[in-house]
Amino acid sequence: METIKLTIDNKPVEVPKGTSILHAAKGAGIHIPTLCFFKLGDMPIENRPGGCRVCVVEVQGRRNLAPACVTDVTEGMVVKTHTIRALNARKTVLELILSDHPTDCLVCAKSGNCELQTLAQDMGIRKLHYEGEQSHYREDTSPAIIRDMDKCVRCRRCEMMCNDVQTVGVLSGINRGFMSVVSPAFEMNLDHSVCTYCGQCVAVCPTGALTEVDHTNAVIRALADPSKTVVVQTAPAVRAALGEEFGLKPGTLVTGKMVAALRQLGFDYVFDTDFAADLTIMEEGTELLNRLTQFLAGDKTKLPILTSCCPAWVKFFEHQFPEMMDIPSTAKSPQQMFGPIAKEYFAKKIGVERKDMVVVSIMPCLAKKYECSRDEFSHNGSPDVDYSISTRELANLIKQANLEFDALADEDFDKPLGESTGASVIFGTTGGVIEAAVRTAYELHTGNKLPKVDFEELRGLAGIRSATIDFGGLPINIGIAHGLGNARKLLEDIREGKSTFHAIEIMACPGGCIGGGGQPLHHGDFSILKARQEALYREDAGKPIRKSHENPFIIELYKEFLGKPLGEKSHHLLHTSYFDRSKKLIYINPSHPEE
Amino acid sequence: MSSIKVELKQCEIDKIKEICQSFNNEPGELINVLHKAQGHFGYLPAEVQEEIALELKISVAKVYGVVTFYSFFTMLPKGLHPISICTGTACYVRGAEKVLDEFKRILNIQVGDTTKDGRFSLSCLRCVGACGLAPVVMIGEKVYGRVSPDGVKDILNEYS
Repeated sequence: METIKLTIDNKPVEVPKGTSILHAAKGAGIHIPTLCFFKLGDMPIENRPGGCRVCVVEVQGRRNLAPACVTDVTEGMVVKTHTIRALNARKTVLELILSDHPTDCLVCAKSGNCELQTLAQDMGIRKLHYEGEQSHYREDTSPAIIRDMDKCVRCRRCEMMCNDVQTVGVLSGINRGFMSVVSPAFEMNLDHSVCTYCGQCVAVCPTGALTEVDHTNAVIRALADPSKTVVVQTAPAVRAALGEEFGLKPGTLVTGKMVAALRQLGFDYVFDTDFAADLTIMEEGTELLNRLTQFLAGDKTKLPILTSCCPAWVKFFEHQFPEMMDIPSTAKSPQQMFGPIAKEYFAKKIGVERKDMVVVSIMPCLAKKYECSRDEFSHNGSPDVDYSISTRELANLIKQANLEFDALADEDFDKPLGESTGASVIFGTTGGVIEAAVRTAYELHTGNKLPKVDFEELRGLAGIRSATIDFGGLPINIGIAHGLGNARKLLEDIREGKSTFHAIEIMACPGGCIGGGGQPLHHGDFSILKARQEALYREDAGKPIRKSHENPFIIELYKEFLGKPLGEKSHHLLHTSYFDRSKKLIYINPSHPEE
Repeated sequence: MSSIKVELKQCEIDKIKEICQSFNNEPGELINVLHKAQGHFGYLPAEVQEEIALELKISVAKVYGVVTFYSFFTMLPKGLHPISICTGTACYVRGAEKVLDEFKRILNIQVGDTTKDGRFSLSCLRCVGACGLAPVVMIGEKVYGRVSPDGVKDILNEYS
């Protein structure tokens, strides 16, 4: 590997050929400020359009300043990153960007967490010397994501995530010059497009241009209403990341503190989505075995089976692979299984009417906001799950209530819908859902106890993984994909008849739910995802019960209420169907909506 | 942004498929495909863009992005008589703006629009290279030189 020797700020540096000045500097401990540049750790996800020019540096012998993110190093190069000339240029660039940016930091959702705001502070901007026309776009609100393009800096990160990583293709740069912006086709609203609400665009946006729909006020109103019994369910991925919003190290498990905080906020019952995840395994595991039996008997259309707990993934295949709607499992997601169990089973148990129960979910996800608003998850205007709020929104609620999060003593979930197994905790990471399913399906199919509970071969962070699990002599091929781009590859294999998998787990977000659109922002630091993942496997290993079918409260639920997995009641409450959303889209001219 | 709804006939869909095929459905040939498609249909409504996106296997958003980036591509049908007013330096200095305003006033449309009866569309050009005749207006392929605001009415009457 050919290396290049150069000097950056008088430090000698040696890097492989083809390295950019930005990366070479980083290796030498020199941090050049950037705005549009974005790289997600070791993953091949990089956005470097070289557009914003914030990262300009002086290169000896070069007449103009060089943008560090897109300029490769050359032998003997002498780079100076913070000369007065470079600093002046950086400030000018920032002032020009800010001259077309709203100044409502005080009420902006990204205040305190905005890369543009941080840059302006770090560069000491005190006066904007440039004044001119400001862009004004209409605000686009969808069930999960808000687009406020007045705040867009045209970094193109959202476009990169949506097109190159997720391969959904909603966004593109349009128009030119002052009119240029990033938008869906025909400037249609997000909720008319093929957007899956995976929220990866929100997770990478450096400003407040892309944010989530905020339901914290609705939750506060519900909590304040004495006539309502407010029940909360928490997703597994939340407990591995919530602490980061309070300065705790990534990967710190804060389950006990999270429960304590929720109780202090006033939720009447603090339950765990993990309970519903165990339920999902019961239903989906049984479905897997049924379809496997039919497949082995000769009906080759019955497999592969795909997991269906990820709503962004569901919307993805409804739009882009509608002819394959029979392939995913019919089981609802844990969030949506929890809803009916809470409002039908639990409400009756405690003598509360359905209309007086409010179910709130805490999710690492923005698509869950869309999921709970889907028509089929509502009965006579009463949704099974009323509000879904993200990890970030919960952290904000806790801060609003001036709770000292780190000082809270650990508390336990309420029973019966708060008891869960280790299998359900790992739902939050890529590979976790299918491992949980395998733990149960193996024992149900073979009738034998598992020789070992951990399936290391299903774990990891590679985008597409595969393993063959021996089900007592029957080899089952498992496929795993995270990130919709990887999901697309597996789906296309199925479409072309090339897939040899029997069961496939798909998560829309890179890393799985731990990297969800609603999690604390990782700003491209991959080690944070790794730490969160390890935290979940740690919690799993520490649990006394690690297989979903051994959860005594699940066993009780079936005995007392549901009957059996895939039985009539289970089918009615816990299963769903999908819709073909591939038809040509309707676009309404926003200035003449009546046409 | 177009507000025209178009129902593509099967023969039109086939034509788009044919155009894409002539470039081997290569996504990199998007600009050429759009050029040919506009040459055939006269403009690029949303429905045509969608079909092209399907054939080239790229997102509609990307196609729309390219269409809006280049001023040559249009989503509105051009009029039977497309009017182009040169606003290059020489013409501008010799009063092109007043001529433009007069066209706008008489036809009652903005730059980039087409009259409701589809007869005229209005656009601005940069320098057609006939600066000695400034201000210059082109209608279709015909060049009008030394156009004055008073003369606009007579020019338009030629097309009634």
